[in-house]
Amino acid sequence: MAVPPSTIPLPVVPRQALPPEDLEAVTIRFCGDSGDGMQLTGLEFTKSSALAGNDLATYPDFPAEIRAPAGTLPGVSGFQVQFSSREIYTPGDAPDVLVCMNPAALKSNLADLEAGGILIVNSGAFTEQNLQKAGYAHNPLEDDSLTKYRTFPVDIQKLTQTALATSGLGNKEITRAKNMFALGLVLWMYSRRLERPIADLKAKFAKAPAIADANIKVLEAGFAYGETAEIFTQKYEVKPAKLAPGRYRNITGNQATALGFVTAAQRSGLRLFLGSYPITPASDILHELSQYKNFGVMTFQAEDEIAGICAAIGAAFGGSLGVTTSSGPGIALKTEAMGLALMLELPLVVCNIQRGGPSTGLPTKTEQADLLQALYGRNGESPVPVIACKTPGDCFETAYEAFRLAVKYMTPVIFLSDGYLANGSEPWPIPSADALPPIPVHFRTEVEGFHPYLRDAATLARSWVKPGTPGLEHRVGGLEKDALTGNVSYDPLNHERQVKTRAAKVASIAQEIPPTKVLGPESGEVLIVGWGSTYGAITQAVKQLHENGRSVAAVHLRYLNPLPPDLPALMRRYRKVLVPELNLGQLVKVLRAETLIDCIPLSKVQGKPFKVAEIVARVEELMVTKLGDAKASRAAAS
Amino acid sequence: MMLTKKDFETDQQVRWCPGCGDYAILATVQKLMPELGIERHNTVFISGIGCSSRFPYYMNTYGMHSIHGRAPAIATGLKATRPELSVWVVTGDGDSLSIGGNHTIHMLRRNVDLKILLFNNRIYGLTKGQYSPTSELGKQTKSTPFGSIDAPLQPARVALGAGGSFVARSVDVEPAHLLATLRRAAAHKGSAFVEILQNCNVFNDGAFEAITDRAQKAQTQLRVEHGKPWVFSEGKKGIRLNAKLQPEVFDIAGPDDLAQAIVHDEKSELLGWILANLGPPDFPTALGVFRAVDRPAFDALINEQEQQVRASKGAGNLEKLLSGNETWTVS
Repeated sequence: MAVPPSTIPLPVVPRQALPPEDLEAVTIRFCGDSGDGMQLTGLEFTKSSALAGNDLATYPDFPAEIRAPAGTLPGVSGFQVQFSSREIYTPGDAPDVLVCMNPAALKSNLADLEAGGILIVNSGAFTEQNLQKAGYAHNPLEDDSLTKYRTFPVDIQKLTQTALATSGLGNKEITRAKNMFALGLVLWMYSRRLERPIADLKAKFAKAPAIADANIKVLEAGFAYGETAEIFTQKYEVKPAKLAPGRYRNITGNQATALGFVTAAQRSGLRLFLGSYPITPASDILHELSQYKNFGVMTFQAEDEIAGICAAIGAAFGGSLGVTTSSGPGIALKTEAMGLALMLELPLVVCNIQRGGPSTGLPTKTEQADLLQALYGRNGESPVPVIACKTPGDCFETAYEAFRLAVKYMTPVIFLSDGYLANGSEPWPIPSADALPPIPVHFRTEVEGFHPYLRDAATLARSWVKPGTPGLEHRVGGLEKDALTGNVSYDPLNHERQVKTRAAKVASIAQEIPPTKVLGPESGEVLIVGWGSTYGAITQAVKQLHENGRSVAAVHLRYLNPLPPDLPALMRRYRKVLVPELNLGQLVKVLRAETLIDCIPLSKVQGKPFKVAEIVARVEELMVTKLGDAKASRAAAS
Repeated sequence: MMLTKKDFETDQQVRWCPGCGDYAILATVQKLMPELGIERHNTVFISGIGCSSRFPYYMNTYGMHSIHGRAPAIATGLKATRPELSVWVVTGDGDSLSIGGNHTIHMLRRNVDLKILLFNNRIYGLTKGQYSPTSELGKQTKSTPFGSIDAPLQPARVALGAGGSFVARSVDVEPAHLLATLRRAAAHKGSAFVEILQNCNVFNDGAFEAITDRAQKAQTQLRVEHGKPWVFSEGKKGIRLNAKLQPEVFDIAGPDDLAQAIVHDEKSELLGWILANLGPPDFPTALGVFRAVDRPAFDALINEQEQQVRASKGAGNLEKLLSGNETWTVS
């Protein structure tokens, strides 16, 4: 029942096939109503880019509302992907190609499109009603407001309807397939093939073959439209990137996090227990891990955030790798239990997939404003190791490292990711689990000489004893305890000793932090210190600045508590230290306090990642200031 | 080697106020333990915060004195991953019904195989005398100098409402009854919820005096047993249901009258509910096992599901998992 593309009314004038033009990197943003399937469209295009061998990075950006009123500005959902024939680190500052499925999408995204950029617009959606909902007094397709772009109005709505005229599907189902037209058209523009998306659609709609057929038909229609309609004069191609040799897959941050935990469990030989409560943008880790029961992974969707962490503490007490996943507001609820875990000195990983705050804030948008919460947000002197991942793929190693530290030092460890990393994706060289450092686990069974809080001399960790071990029955709790027996103790000096010991234990982790890697010169004008998801933008910015001959270097911190011991000396080798963060300068506060070296904040709190250009511009400013300083000092000298 | 009560005592000095009802409960639990035939090292007591929650320090088993209200959640994680352990939760009326109310109801609805001892003294003792969620209306305390205006919760009603598969009530000063009730709880597979009426002689002395006073208790206690009629006052009074299904007290003059009394059935949700609601001024307070039904326990289900997935999918292969479904090679 396939409708051949030739039944679609198209200009039939044969065209001379131009060879595709080679491009180094392209950024495409698909945007439309949150019910328009933009995320699926973006994901399919991403897969096709991965299979074409491009380096890539993605940035899904969607509203907190599942379905805001159709056609309105709050309902606009977007997916940006940059794909390239060279190594890239970000999903692109601004789109080269903007695909807009309705007026609201155009209105809220057009400002990001550079003059001369390609704009594909679903003209059929530009009805009076939709224009009004988006706040347009005039139809922008009919005035000259879009002339500075290469605008292609395509009535995707109507072309989809035509393609499915004989499908027997209702208007609702037909309308829902229109994203596949856009996908087909863009796949054609970038010289891609349709096999992959067709196979995916068949799998996705395996239980509804009619819907699968319809989507495939529309996809093919979009592709054919590019081929035969005369309006697109040029096809493009982005050649495969020269990535390091190896086997790759595409991975999101949350997927990589989940895999890191499973790998830690497999390598340590322990059960993984996740206690979690659904929260954006962390829930995908729960979804992912709940599939892995055959790996001995137990997931528990608790009644609330507190029960999630407490169940994980219970599992850790029983000898499992306990983990809890959440985002800022949920972490706030877990803080008392984190204090318990550090008092009990049990291994536990607490994952904060940060989002815009405070309070409910911006649930689907990214931010890095929970650093101070992670470092200090508990009652009492309560040191906890804090580590952060820097790219979607890096979530894997960082999650694994979180468990390695938790088990080795018998402590809760906070793992910081954010919405940008969680949902963003990149090509990931598939690791070999054997190449990771081992996670040796020793459960004490020896009765002779046992005391619950007897510590290992090197790590200051107490031993892990599983209930069920004969002769080692003991009680632990949140009250201050005797430094050896663990019995409740209100002795003042014992308390001070215990507070200092717990601090020393966490501080001692610094000894095993590897030397900090510097991107750029070993000394110079500006050092950029970053942490977390700003890695991509900082790295790209530094590479660009190097091309401009700037004396700038960058370091990126995985360990935020304790800090790398070589950091202060390293920072002193540069005239200025710039710290870009998606908050109002939280790492800056920490660095000033810990190193007594002043740092310059570069803050952004818009729920969006840094653009490369923003970091480049700030560094350039600092270079100018330097000249100013030099002049001033000359003036002072004369 | 047969263990004795002494084996379950610790070297820690018990630090409840002299005369506290908790001593009697501790002694009864320590007496019960040896007869269960479970080794000390396979037994775990987990508590929250409050006077009652000091309990684990005095039991020579594994134990955790955790944070306020969270013992059910911690115990759930332990029991799910270590189903072979015998796990007990010790809590109070504030711990389990106020700050930890959410965990209590979810533990019960999941039917986690835990033995829950709720010491109900109808007061906050550790914080020195504020009203609790089970304090009666009008109760004058430090924080309610003009009397409490909060309607009290009835623990057994909460437990039944949450789907508790085993709900019972006993009292600190009736060691034989308490022992028998705890023995039943220990044998139950699933959440076994035992409310223990407990006297706080410092901040709420005599809260249950009417029920425990020797001179009155025949009139004020209704001891229920499965298959036996609801009678009290030395067999002279019974409880029956009227046409509106409301309980009423009636006099038992002869054997014919006895037939009107409700015969206790632990499987009946309705009878459990009626028992939970009985109390002064019109009724005696019910003691015993109100409800006991078999229902799959959470910890058994979660492990069975894992086994099923393992059987159908085979043991997980890490290398395959890391590779995912779609890969490409760069050479």
